[in-house]
Amino acid sequence: MTPLLSVRDLRVGFGKGDAVKEIVHGVSFDLHPGETLAIVGESGSGKSVTALSINRLIDYGGGRILSGAIALRTRKGEALDLTQTSPQRMEKIRGAEIGMIFQEPMTSLNPVKTIGWQLEEAFRLHRGLSGAAAHKAAIEALERVRIPDAERRLGYYPHQLSGGMLQRVMIAIALATNPRLLIADEPTTALDVSVQAQIMALLAELKRETGTGMIFITHDIGLVAGIADRVLVMQAGDVVEQGPLDQILDAPQHPYTQHLLKAVPHFAGGEAVRHDFRRVDALKQRPALTVDDLTVRFPVTSGLLRRKTGAVHAVESVSFDLMPGETLAIVGESGSGKSTTARALLDLVQPVRGSFEVRGLEGKSQHRPVQMVFQNPYASLNPRLNVESLLAEPVRAGGGRLTSAMRDRMTYLLARVGLPTDSLTRYPHEFSGGQRQRLCIARALMVDPSVLVLDEAVSALDVSVQAKVLELLVDLQKELHLAYLFVSHDMAVVERIAHRIAVVYAGQIVEMGDAAAVLSNPQHSYTRRLIAAVPTIERRRERFELDTRSVPSLVKPIGYEPREASWISYGPDHKARAEELSA
Amino acid sequence: MADLLRGLLRHPSGRIGGAIVALYIIVAVLAHLGVTPYDPIQQFRIDRLKPPSGAHWMGTDMFGRDVLSRLMVGIGQSFLVAFASVGISAVIGTALGLTAAWFGHLWDGVVMRLMDILLAFPAVLLALLIIAVIGPGTGTSVMAIAFVYTPIFTRVVRGPALSIKSRDFVDAARTFGSSRVYILTRHLMLNLVAPLTVQVTLALAWSLLTEAGLSFLGLGTQPPASSLGLMLSESGNLMEMAPWLLVFPGIAIMLGILGFNLLGDALRDILDPKTRSALA
Repeated sequence: MTPLLSVRDLRVGFGKGDAVKEIVHGVSFDLHPGETLAIVGESGSGKSVTALSINRLIDYGGGRILSGAIALRTRKGEALDLTQTSPQRMEKIRGAEIGMIFQEPMTSLNPVKTIGWQLEEAFRLHRGLSGAAAHKAAIEALERVRIPDAERRLGYYPHQLSGGMLQRVMIAIALATNPRLLIADEPTTALDVSVQAQIMALLAELKRETGTGMIFITHDIGLVAGIADRVLVMQAGDVVEQGPLDQILDAPQHPYTQHLLKAVPHFAGGEAVRHDFRRVDALKQRPALTVDDLTVRFPVTSGLLRRKTGAVHAVESVSFDLMPGETLAIVGESGSGKSTTARALLDLVQPVRGSFEVRGLEGKSQHRPVQMVFQNPYASLNPRLNVESLLAEPVRAGGGRLTSAMRDRMTYLLARVGLPTDSLTRYPHEFSGGQRQRLCIARALMVDPSVLVLDEAVSALDVSVQAKVLELLVDLQKELHLAYLFVSHDMAVVERIAHRIAVVYAGQIVEMGDAAAVLSNPQHSYTRRLIAAVPTIERRRERFELDTRSVPSLVKPIGYEPREASWISYGPDHKARAEELSA
Repeated sequence: MADLLRGLLRHPSGRIGGAIVALYIIVAVLAHLGVTPYDPIQQFRIDRLKPPSGAHWMGTDMFGRDVLSRLMVGIGQSFLVAFASVGISAVIGTALGLTAAWFGHLWDGVVMRLMDILLAFPAVLLALLIIAVIGPGTGTSVMAIAFVYTPIFTRVVRGPALSIKSRDFVDAARTFGSSRVYILTRHLMLNLVAPLTVQVTLALAWSLLTEAGLSFLGLGTQPPASSLGLMLSESGNLMEMAPWLLVFPGIAIMLGILGFNLLGDALRDILDPKTRSALA
């Protein structure tokens, strides 16, 4: 069988003239019709550059194909070397022969045009349809990606649809012309786990239906399992290993592949939880943090006079306590209110009701005993301040001065979190993502906090870096007897660090308890759904069911108060909210 | 800072603009120190309206005053007004823009609508109005020009300040309990240095022109002192007899504005991370 796409010794570089820096050093692979190739690698491995070179979008990103050949067999059967094709010809090929799905569905669609217009455009440009015919084709395309009520949705603008829906629209546009090759560049990275599972299921089904060849780019080797036929692993611009799926996952040959497979936190259904903390013993002490009936609402106004017409019930009656040395993970999807809970504890948002009490460490400064580490280490450090100023800020804010004792503490903490001690005079851009996150941790520890709020603190990091930062966090917790509030959407990471878990859904805690109990024996239907959606290598042969249920709206009219929750206990430290049977 | 200079030297319009501005600054400083070929207001009765020669490089005017000396002092005067007014408007505009972005709500609305109203008037017209009320003079020119250019700085600062305000590092600072002043100066101001530098350079070019215009209309610098606009206005009736009276100050104004504009463009390229890599 002749391959659909054959890439030979592809080298891609960035820069002009003598300053060309080669990013991809000779990639070769074949892709047969109907086959899915997954390209796996961490950030900077050249996986996206490789994919963008195939449809030559790299030309617009400052890159250049230095050598090699990309042979595409077109619909008419001719073999075309894409490295030699003219830009005019490429415009025809993109779309007609090669479809592309990007990572961010929110930014890949034009916000001022309806999705129907954008879908019909694809049919107008590539299939010559117009008017009613294009409209009909657009409806069919939306139905093909399982969007219910397709005809009405055509009139929607992108901001009216959720991320998962938008990604379906993107897929529909990419598939509008029946491309022979589909390139999906991290199509689910920006989405929630359960939405991710649905998009993966959809892609797998569409692949079976249409016989399209697909290149699937991801940093998550766990995700590859459900969709790929072949896997290609990249590291720093080189292909380190490629082969059939089962061979790569079961018998990886290259040390880097083995390392990747080991570094990815595999979700183990509660078997991999930590056992270094016994809550029963800790209960004799006073909790480091007690949260009682915390409620956060944001007013919704409408009309010319900004009348209050309701409120977004972001956090609804959340109560928990956190012992010194304990990690409580708050798990949920985006919009569930997990980050708002964390932000309320740091006075970044004002609760409308409820209280929380923090207890500082014995004998330490009582200034700001709760500190926070943010998700994005690139945004949470002021790029114009050097490390010394950055680390000094929390101390200065508490009225402290830059003394030699404080400098000693800085060098000690830098060394403790694994950064070179000569970092003090350097600036954030000189550090990698993982190093910056270590810097943020060191900064939070400058004032001896008793509680550390980690808001998706490892989500933005590459898997191998993620594992090391988690390790650091566990060590620091034991050493300093810190209480962690670990906010995350990633069940596999949560399993590695949490002692207890609180699952939040639509602003409310629906299940809470001992980590092992919640993960191995989930009781609330939402927890079950969340756990079922986690992609794992072990579950690679299972088929995901498409689920089109939508999250209930958080916007409630004025005066709305939710019903008192009734809890059902499932063990010594495991309870779940009773569900209404009508749903 | 060293990086900035190196970037300017590498940038083609940065080189030219930088050279022109440097030359003007040297001339202005010399004039203020009194180092000119002749006394700019001394009248050589016999040498009236002499064309450029070895003794008077740019000729003399109707009172027999040396044009080169008057030009140097004029540049000094124009620069003094430009730098003073831009300095004042940058400080006030930045403070207004920062506080508008930070406090938001009513304060933001009031400040920005006020700035919109000021921006709706043409710059020279507004300056004229102020001078008509207070009376002409160097101090009034500085105040009037500063007043006219304040809204531009307010706008330039408010936009980026709003986006920086919502960045995580500002939230982080709040969680440490950092004071408002600390957040505004260290976190917001430091990140606004780049757009402000560019804006200051461009505003200098405009205020140079505005000052010349006001003096031309007789509302800025008062005779017998010298300024570029005043020299132009004095030369008006003698254009055919003594064109050098018009040409040299005209070229001086044009070149000065060109210099600041080129420098501003270059700074914008150098300070913008998106174009910086392409230049490196």
